[in-house]
Amino acid sequence: MPPDSPASIGCQDESFKIGKHILKSRLIVGTGKYDTLQLMKDSLDASGSNCVTVAVRREKLYDRDGKNLLDFIDLARFTLLPNTAGCYNATDAVRVARLGREILKSLENPGADWVKLEVLGDSKTLLPDPIATLEACKRLVDEGFQVLCYTSDDPIMAVRLKAAGAASVMPAGSPIGSGQGILNPNNLRIILEYLKSDDPTYPVIVDAGVGTASDVSIAFELGADGVLLNTAIAHARDPVSMASAMKHATIAGRLAYQSGRIPRKLYATASSPEEGLITSRPW
Amino acid sequence: MITIEFNGETSQIDEKSTVADLLRFAKVESRFCAVELNLEIVPKDQYSAKSLVAGDKIEVVTLVGGG
Repeated sequence: MPPDSPASIGCQDESFKIGKHILKSRLIVGTGKYDTLQLMKDSLDASGSNCVTVAVRREKLYDRDGKNLLDFIDLARFTLLPNTAGCYNATDAVRVARLGREILKSLENPGADWVKLEVLGDSKTLLPDPIATLEACKRLVDEGFQVLCYTSDDPIMAVRLKAAGAASVMPAGSPIGSGQGILNPNNLRIILEYLKSDDPTYPVIVDAGVGTASDVSIAFELGADGVLLNTAIAHARDPVSMASAMKHATIAGRLAYQSGRIPRKLYATASSPEEGLITSRPW
Repeated sequence: MITIEFNGETSQIDEKSTVADLLRFAKVESRFCAVELNLEIVPKDQYSAKSLVAGDKIEVVTLVGGG
């Protein structure tokens, strides 16, 4: 990839390493919910990302339109991150992870050795089942997977998942597809502190809940290493343009984090000098 | 003919059909799929060798858009 390509922008800082993978962009995007595969392709291009999530599903035996998702993803640019979305117990999640690995192996995509683990507890909230998630995480780690683990924003759970060997812990900002942004920034702060205290490069990725570009920037400003989002681009009125906004929000948020924000203060501090004022004050 | 369960549906196939035969019959592009037979993954290089028997449960999956 040329150094000035969109995918490399925003990553001039230290590399974004997850397990054995090094990503050029800190934004990971989903491939679901687009009106057309062409719109998805154009949005992925505009996002600057070089890692996309994909789901494993039954081949349709009827009504196939002859188009495959993979015809619209440049496998030279994108590392695929297969997910276990739709699984409600650990056994199903392990089964789906293995099938995803099998497909990616035959595509010779580097993503064959990792998985986005998602074990849900409830179809209305799509919140993770913490007990089943932990069990599945352990089993997949034992099988040699690098597990990127979707979880709630509970700091204790995050610590447990890291201890179980997750390559990355991925707390939700808010429920999947809800667009509510980061509901509890303090929990995210605690997660970042706990997981990075003796391991500063351990990757924490905010996964789910992003509604718009500022949510992405806030995640990075808090210190997240990456953001994973799907619906906020796919269901925007103009997905391609929103994808570009997300790219810039990633760059802005990360740079702001590295630059060190000023502390919040209750009272004002003048930006123009007191010295040399020609006016008088009313008091 | 034998009866198997193919992606959750009851299907009739010729006796001694292999996984490769089934994929050809269903017009599935094997480059993009993975096959699970009775909960065990069938490696691609065994598609032509693996014969199906009555009662087998086979799942053929691919990648689709997801988050």
